[in-house]
Amino acid sequence: MFINFFYKLKEVGVPVSPTSFLILHKALAKGLINSLDDFYTSSRSILIKSERYFDLFDQVFAYHFEGVEIPEYNQAEIDETARALLEQWLKDPADIARALGVDESVLNKLTPDELIEYFKKRLEEQTERHDGGNKWIGTKGTSPVGHSGTHPGGMRVGGVSRNRSAVKVAMERRYKDYSQEGPLTQAMMGEALKKLKNLVPAGAKDIIDMDETIYQTMKNAGEIEIIFKRGLKDRLKVILAIDNGGWSMDPYINVVQSLFNHSRSRFKELKTYFFHNTIYDTLWTDPGRRKLPVSIDKFASKDPETRLIIVGDASMAPYELMSRDGSIYLTNRSGMPSIERLKSLSEMFPHCAWLNPVPSHMWYYTHSIDIISKVFPMFELSLDGLDKAVNYLKAK
Amino acid sequence: MPKNISEKKFSKADKYVLDEEVAKIVNISIALEMPLLLKGEPGTGKTMLAHAIAENLDMPLIVLNVKSSMKLVEALYQYDTLTRLNDSRFGDSKRDVSNIEEYIKMGKIGQAFTAEKRTVLLIDEIDKADTDFQDDMLDVLDQMEFDIIETDKTVGADNRPVIIITSNSKKDLSDPFLGRCNFHHIAFPDPKMMRKIINVHFSDISSDLAENAISAFYNVREVDSLEKKPATRELINWIRALQTDPDFKTKKLAKGNIPYLGVLLKKSQDYAMVQNNLNRRRLF
Repeated sequence: MFINFFYKLKEVGVPVSPTSFLILHKALAKGLINSLDDFYTSSRSILIKSERYFDLFDQVFAYHFEGVEIPEYNQAEIDETARALLEQWLKDPADIARALGVDESVLNKLTPDELIEYFKKRLEEQTERHDGGNKWIGTKGTSPVGHSGTHPGGMRVGGVSRNRSAVKVAMERRYKDYSQEGPLTQAMMGEALKKLKNLVPAGAKDIIDMDETIYQTMKNAGEIEIIFKRGLKDRLKVILAIDNGGWSMDPYINVVQSLFNHSRSRFKELKTYFFHNTIYDTLWTDPGRRKLPVSIDKFASKDPETRLIIVGDASMAPYELMSRDGSIYLTNRSGMPSIERLKSLSEMFPHCAWLNPVPSHMWYYTHSIDIISKVFPMFELSLDGLDKAVNYLKAK
Repeated sequence: MPKNISEKKFSKADKYVLDEEVAKIVNISIALEMPLLLKGEPGTGKTMLAHAIAENLDMPLIVLNVKSSMKLVEALYQYDTLTRLNDSRFGDSKRDVSNIEEYIKMGKIGQAFTAEKRTVLLIDEIDKADTDFQDDMLDVLDQMEFDIIETDKTVGADNRPVIIITSNSKKDLSDPFLGRCNFHHIAFPDPKMMRKIINVHFSDISSDLAENAISAFYNVREVDSLEKKPATRELINWIRALQTDPDFKTKKLAKGNIPYLGVLLKKSQDYAMVQNNLNRRRLF
């Protein structure tokens, strides 16, 4: 029973284990599940072990039991836009009516469900007819309702599911905001960065180990034996270098910086520097990259155990990296190609990582990313990538 | 069907607003004899749920507060070597020094196993401990027995406790751990739900105050990049504070004035940020 359901879950990438599937069957055999609603809640709690997959589960459930299509990327986008339209409509009906070129009174007669359907239809037509145009449906366009706008509802999860059928609940996709697809949020990065707590015993043995003292005293037949241990000290020093030059980096700078600042107390020392595209002779301590330059040569005197973390998209013209006078700033003319600088940095600090907001499957297409990733271990600026980077940096 | 299932089901509690979905999941976990792992933001009532289950099913509640430095043995039993040493040196107690068992004290898990009736065992904030602790503990809970090394005895569970485990962490726990648990994620209550929760805690609250306080509360929660968002507990304390202030008028809230902000926000940065935000709103 429900084998197809199980495999569909596997197929869309939800980690489900046969053991838990058997447990579900045990529950069924015991007569604990008596309705589709029961099945929805119990199978989710038994099979799915993380809220990040709740959304996918909802979709598969709706697909399996109601035949609702699992939305392809486009379809999801249209749904999303239609919903945004509805919200806009609730705020300002006249505006939408004008944009659609229909009379407001016609739309007024429709129920919300019908409205959504209507919007969807219009959207589908529109996408087919002028793809990429700057009509009201166009992406990133000038219209008030284009889909690149942020979601007006913000985080929309939760709610109570009383008196509604399981399929309806599933179709609502209440857990969408928890799914993994979304962009990196502060909370998620905070989680990953927590791993940076690198506790290494260091220093003198000057703390009494109570447990060990008692244990050894016992072993000594009651003669007091005091045992000392080393205090745990957080010795991690971190240098953070952020590419704050191009627009491509804008969405990430604040997140990255504020997170490292939040976790400042965990590091022995945290220094933040800035650069544009790639590093030449200097890094800047001021975000404007004008007033406070620090020569790269100075970094040689720093502790080689320092962790160097560079955040940047590593995307630029190859000559910026390889040419002797590649810098796009005329004042930067030292005759040393940037790639050499990067290499010497990576030699100065063996524990280094490059975090890249560009998704890793796109790296292959940009030549400069390819080159830099040969110098620095490169990780995606996503939850998984951060995890890997932190693990890598933690290693001795 | 084992006989303990025929006992009554978890259905409601006095001080806890119960979501039907949650009740179902709790009941199925009890029936399947599996630990239930609850995740969710602080303040979504994970811990309260365990209290509610214990109250509703009339079982004693045993709470194991996990600490980061905790070893599994501490949760199982303790061998009180110090008392034994004392007894052996001064011999002024009635305990038999040569009998080690007199010096074995049960930890929280041990207590739950050896209790006379079925208990609810709440393992709070499991994410604080390291993964080894988690996996080892699940082995114990899976087998429902553990060994006392000093006396070479095995302690088995007389009554299988109802196990509720909570975690605040957004990261997943390890796979073997998850494999042995049922899972539920409690979302932060929406304003409607919050209203019910408030009504449960303040039976005589005026609807004017409740509504304004709740909407002010959600406004504060919406301020971007708060380090620690206020949760249900803060809201309840805050309303209590408002009620005790004789000078307080509900109108103030509607105007965007928030007295006793310090009850809602515990971090000075957050406090300053929200204060700023409010001042700005008042200007425009």
